[in-house]
Amino acid sequence: MSTLQVRVWRGGPQGGDFHPYQVPRRASQSVLDVVTHIQRMLDPSLAYRFACRVGMCGSCAMTVNGVARWTCRTHVDKVCADGRLELAPLANLPVIRDLVTDMSEFFDKWTRARGRFQGRRGRHDDFERVAPDSPARKQVDAAIECIGCAVCYSSCDVVAWTPGYLGPAALNRAWTLQRDVRDAAQAERLRAVAGDAGCHACHTQLSCTERCPKRISPTSGIAGLKRDALAAALKGEL
Amino acid sequence: MSVRREALLWGAQRLSAALLALCVVVHLATMIYAAQAGLSAAQILARTRGNVAWLSFYSIFLLAVLVHVPIGLRAVLSEWLGWRGASRDAVLVAFAAALAWLGARAILGVFL
Amino acid sequence: MNPGLRARNHPGYWAFVVHRVSGVLLALYLPAHFWVLGLALREPARLDAFLRWTDQPLVRFGEWGLVLLLAAHFSGGLRLLALEFLPWRDWQKSLAALAAGVALAFALAFALAL
Repeated sequence: MSTLQVRVWRGGPQGGDFHPYQVPRRASQSVLDVVTHIQRMLDPSLAYRFACRVGMCGSCAMTVNGVARWTCRTHVDKVCADGRLELAPLANLPVIRDLVTDMSEFFDKWTRARGRFQGRRGRHDDFERVAPDSPARKQVDAAIECIGCAVCYSSCDVVAWTPGYLGPAALNRAWTLQRDVRDAAQAERLRAVAGDAGCHACHTQLSCTERCPKRISPTSGIAGLKRDALAAALKGEL
Repeated sequence: MSVRREALLWGAQRLSAALLALCVVVHLATMIYAAQAGLSAAQILARTRGNVAWLSFYSIFLLAVLVHVPIGLRAVLSEWLGWRGASRDAVLVAFAAALAWLGARAILGVFL
Repeated sequence: MNPGLRARNHPGYWAFVVHRVSGVLLALYLPAHFWVLGLALREPARLDAFLRWTDQPLVRFGEWGLVLLLAAHFSGGLRLLALEFLPWRDWQKSLAALAAGVALAFALAFALAL
């Protein structure tokens, strides 16, 4: 049986270091299996997050060999040709301890981008009709499956360079609402997501699109927001 | 800066980009032609001096450049040098003015 | 590979780097370019001396480099306009490769003409 040489970042807000561990390699092993083995068998003080372990919740996202991934859906065989694994917390987020980051800022930006649905109708009104094959709904459907894992946010350089930048996930969610025919808050939301803390700071690096485990393209939605913002500005509505 | 101004700057950047795309193709094709024909500076100037069509073309080219370059540098300054706010924008306007003056001198020198 | 580069080693990111670096270099070059051309206006003798200097192989290579920068920034810019204004499709990810090809074609044409 072969052995994986695993280096895991251990530390806190003040800083930290990579610690080495040796983990037995097994068939069909996921990176989450590796982290779990370390915490249960080698070092119980290791802090890390997971929940569903089947690629639905997004809790287990971390940096694996330099790239942000879901550890539960990443087979060791895929990322580790030479038997070496390097695990670190997600980038662009403050570290609480070891592999656990503080996600508050990520979700605060979601709020700042007004990523919340606001309907027009009440309980006594008839249902609002949404045609599933309309162009607008298709655009929403392409972006709606986001589970808030922060892989895109962690992969974006503009997030690192511009502290106030809302980021791909928040802007993507705002985009889905801008094309939702039921939503009544589109004018205010556009004002919230435009500007150099918003969609105009995106430089189409496409790292978000490259890394999103749900195959969403936040870049595409952000481009839509840019077009909407220009149209609104020219009409004097922004 | 207000979001409306940011959106309009973005629009101006893309519009000037589209215009520059046309100008750059013409400019590159002309430079390639001149290099291929082995034209000397004197020969080039003989063709450009007094040519109203080229003068107009390069004037439009210059205007598009004056919009496009400062807006492009704006993002670089804020993201890579951390320089944001009114002072950055003031310096970019000054840079645009300097470029305008140098560009006008160049156009006058070559086409008038 | 440098750990910072591993996550960034994809076409969209390299296209961004080329576009930004070429843009900055062109922005720095333009004032010099305009100033030299302006010499034609007032100081033709100085312009002639300068242009004799540009006949040197190293300067010719620099000129070719500038054409490459301009072609790269131009084709990368067209790619961005497509990404921002055209309906999103999978082929848009290949635009980076197309842009690189167009840039190299221009640069080659210039090199062959020199």
